[in-house]
Amino acid sequence: MPAELRNVIYFVAAAMFIFGIKGLTHPRTAVRGNMLGAGGMLLAIVVTLIDKEILGWQWIILGLVLGSSIGGYLGVKIQMTAMPQLVALFNGFGGAASALVGGAVMHELISKGESITTQGAVAIAATGLIGAVTFSGSMVAFAKLQELISGKPITHLGLKAANTALTLLGLGLAVMVVMNPQAAWAYWLLVVVMLGLGVLLVLPIGGADMPVVITLLNSYSGLAACATGFVLNNIVLIIAGSLVGASGLILTRIMCVAMNRSLTNVLFGVMAEVGDAPSADEIYAGKVKSTTPDEVAMLFDGARRVLIVPGYGMAVAQAQHAVRDLAGLLESRGIDVEFGIHPVAGRMPGHMNVLLAEADVPYDQLKEMDEVNSTMEQVDVVMVIGANDVVNPVARTDPSSPIAGMPIVDVDKARTVVVVKRSLSPGFAGIPNPLFAADNCLMMFGDGKKMVLELVGALKAG
Amino acid sequence: MSDSVLLLTIFGLAMIVGFEIITKVPPTLHTPLMSGANAISGITIIGALVAAGHEETWLTVVLGVCAIAFATINVVGGFLVTHRMLSMFRKKG
Repeated sequence: MPAELRNVIYFVAAAMFIFGIKGLTHPRTAVRGNMLGAGGMLLAIVVTLIDKEILGWQWIILGLVLGSSIGGYLGVKIQMTAMPQLVALFNGFGGAASALVGGAVMHELISKGESITTQGAVAIAATGLIGAVTFSGSMVAFAKLQELISGKPITHLGLKAANTALTLLGLGLAVMVVMNPQAAWAYWLLVVVMLGLGVLLVLPIGGADMPVVITLLNSYSGLAACATGFVLNNIVLIIAGSLVGASGLILTRIMCVAMNRSLTNVLFGVMAEVGDAPSADEIYAGKVKSTTPDEVAMLFDGARRVLIVPGYGMAVAQAQHAVRDLAGLLESRGIDVEFGIHPVAGRMPGHMNVLLAEADVPYDQLKEMDEVNSTMEQVDVVMVIGANDVVNPVARTDPSSPIAGMPIVDVDKARTVVVVKRSLSPGFAGIPNPLFAADNCLMMFGDGKKMVLELVGALKAG
Repeated sequence: MSDSVLLLTIFGLAMIVGFEIITKVPPTLHTPLMSGANAISGITIIGALVAAGHEETWLTVVLGVCAIAFATINVVGGFLVTHRMLSMFRKKG
């Protein structure tokens, strides 16, 4: 096949990726968009395979069969609650594949005795650098999300020094690869150093900051593919890789804004120390009102507008189907039910939306934070299920609080708030929530799923 | 214009197009966007196929096959799971 024709077909594939992502701008066109993207991928693969440069098929088939069976199994079997882990895993595989290709191309050129251009050497170094960090960082993120290791933030003074040392060492090795592209050992040493850096970078980051980590690694996996494109002078890799890189960067920004923290603060900082803020005992003492499902069922009798605010606790309790039943029951009684979703609720962007969509909640019922906040005063009952920091009014009222300035769902402004929660324990920010002691707040203590099911039962009986 | 500059231009334009389209993706579809992006980042399979297919040395074949496997997991798993999620969003509404 002439190179021109191949490049034209690569361009068509790249265009299909762009229009595929464009389809994701609306739920109605999204399925078609995803298929368009898959079609573009198939086209790019087929063109590469029928190209005359391919000599040996048996190895290619081995890799394809292995990858398809694992990918197919994961894609079909994975639980929707495990999506953050799966995306973390895929981020890592993308990075690993790119780093391996970078190394393979380097060895091939050295073995052929061909000289490596400066562009090629820079791109190879970048591939190893980004690909390796993405792989190891993603594996740690996966382990944290899968709870194989503790999700708690780890802070150690030595970490910063170690990170700086590894970064400098990695950059030095990258320069060495560029100066002497025949030195394959430098490439692999670079990969090893970056693998270590990836582990150290993600290890200290706590569970609730995972959305930022996953989106950033998502971006890196795209940029690694992009760097591979510069190694191979291949436009479809560059275009597809940049699309993924841009997507991850945008999502990272959205997550940081939603937490009112800078990216460096999330990655290297620790949550600000809790200053002279009142202690949990002072805030809660004697003011927390506990309630029962029966009482809440009666509360709904007089309600016309209900807002449900889910958080990570809903995912942990697998309460999404029970919540759907509750919403359906309330709607059948003529109550207007909406869901208010904070951008960082859960462990990845859109986490709550996917769980509720799985439970058949129509997507037009899922409202963004700003939208529900503008009409919060007219809401009769808010049900907060497994969320804490994202509904903490301290973010608005106390400038010295670690979450000061973070946009929150203003549930405290509704007429009545019911919070479903196991205990009064603090959220990720480690601070007490005055909402729980507010006059218009009732606490329904217990497991999210169990309490919502009991509430549904009480409503049906009542 | 040298090849490197041409490729950098394409890179820059693709980033701009990416930013323009992706800012329009609604938050409700951010998780499928990420898994779809996973699938697309599997495009590195193109490089892996070439590396394994050339059969230059045993080392490049091993590296290539491993890269093919990783990238294929992303492509197949990424598109499948994205499809599953998006079908759920389409059911109602």
